[in-house]
Amino acid sequence: MSKTHYSAFKVLKEALTGHKGWEPTWRDAEPKADGYDVIIVGGGGHGLATAYYLAKNHGITNVAVLERGWIGSGNVGRNTTIIRSNYLLPGNEPFYELSLQLWENLEQDLNYNAMISQRGIMNLIHSDAQRDAFIRRGNSMLFADAGCEYLEAKEVKERYPFLDMNNARFPIKAALAQPRGGTVRHDAVAWGYARGASDLGVDIIQNCEVTGFNIENGKCLGVQTTKGDIKANRVGVCVAGSSSRVMEKAGIKLPIESHVLQAFVTEGLKPVLDNVITFGAGHFYCSQSDKGGLVFGGDLDSYNSYAQRGNLPVVEDVCSGGMAIMPMIGRARLLRMWGGVMDMSMDGSPFIDSTEVKELFFNGGWCYGGFKATPASGYCYAHLLATDVPHEVATAYRLDRFRRGAMIDEKGVGPQPNLH
Amino acid sequence: MIINHPLLGPRDSEEFVYLGSTDLIDRPTNWEKSAAAEDFYQYQYIRENIAGDIQELWYHEQGDQSWLIVTRNTLTHEIKNVEFAQDFSRAKGRGK
Repeated sequence: MSKTHYSAFKVLKEALTGHKGWEPTWRDAEPKADGYDVIIVGGGGHGLATAYYLAKNHGITNVAVLERGWIGSGNVGRNTTIIRSNYLLPGNEPFYELSLQLWENLEQDLNYNAMISQRGIMNLIHSDAQRDAFIRRGNSMLFADAGCEYLEAKEVKERYPFLDMNNARFPIKAALAQPRGGTVRHDAVAWGYARGASDLGVDIIQNCEVTGFNIENGKCLGVQTTKGDIKANRVGVCVAGSSSRVMEKAGIKLPIESHVLQAFVTEGLKPVLDNVITFGAGHFYCSQSDKGGLVFGGDLDSYNSYAQRGNLPVVEDVCSGGMAIMPMIGRARLLRMWGGVMDMSMDGSPFIDSTEVKELFFNGGWCYGGFKATPASGYCYAHLLATDVPHEVATAYRLDRFRRGAMIDEKGVGPQPNLH
Repeated sequence: MIINHPLLGPRDSEEFVYLGSTDLIDRPTNWEKSAAAEDFYQYQYIRENIAGDIQELWYHEQGDQSWLIVTRNTLTHEIKNVEFAQDFSRAKGRGK
């Protein structure tokens, strides 16, 4: 059952024997005729993490993960790989802090190299008002034991002399840093969780699109798929980016709009940036990958979209944000740019909840913060699926929060999803 | 994207501000009825979020400041029709 595990010994052995002994990392499965205890719809980072924690933490191993394409082909492979827990609101901060703690232990837990690099993240501050707001955020982070560091302009300049400190419009006044933040090899997260789940007995079924739900008397009995009907005692949907399209098949409308977010990588450069830096006056965030490319992103394209590609005005907007703080990137050439579809919720915060259909659960609405949440999302979703009770750090992520007026609006812009 | 303005011709979508689906035109009018809270909840927070052709509101902020109804495919970004929101709204029997 156990699939390939990597070690120096294994590498040496394979090198000497012509690399003929490598096997797939995880087991590709077909649906079982007698069904499953839990079906997870969506084989992205969150879905695979959910399956892994269901098996590991709760001993539920009769689980299938259904994926329309191939695992990790959605947003877990399309993000800018940043991890952090620098949130403000009490509904968010403990959740993201749990996520960061799980990231810190992920490689040991999975015995898989996800290249987690806690190189730190630094949010630049450009005005006195923003300094006050960030200090408040920093205090919120300290309450959650997330740790943070306030840097005066002098210290920022000492660390990163290439920054344009005296930009006429957006001078850099200070920064709020989280030294525990960083980056992860994003594809390895999907593969690592897949192997972990597969080793514990989870069936990962690819090229299996869910086309409908079998619902009788308000109770979900399983799913209809391109590989036939599959029975399940419980179904957990986990398809951020396609949430509205999938949940519509169960007759459920969501407080979500789909928007496209673009990301960019330059040609490989020598090491210039050993941190994640974000622009506080516009929307720009940047890190340098281990291959040397500067990986960066910015705002949504701002109109509803299911196309995994964006338009040129946002390219200009993002690049000009980059030029405002790091003029040196003007010399780098863009190697690739791509788009991913985001579940934009009405307050910028996600959902991990049961639904009005019994035995049908929903995880989505991650806006463009889903990657960093992957471990905690899986951990808390597995907790909910196994125990019927939300995990204590995810109690705020309910689908009915707008009806109750209990929004978690981190940015304070109201129900205008393209602004979150 | 190029939006073909009914009066001004083809304009870059950057000149516009995007609001969202034309469902936002149909704001509940009766706030006194008992189900009003539910009506406003549905209006304000719940979205059809269709993958395919949708009708949506664009505001020509850097142009003639008109509200337009753009019929656009969310899977391909193809724009199929553009008309004034005023005409669209009147055709639905609203005042403006």
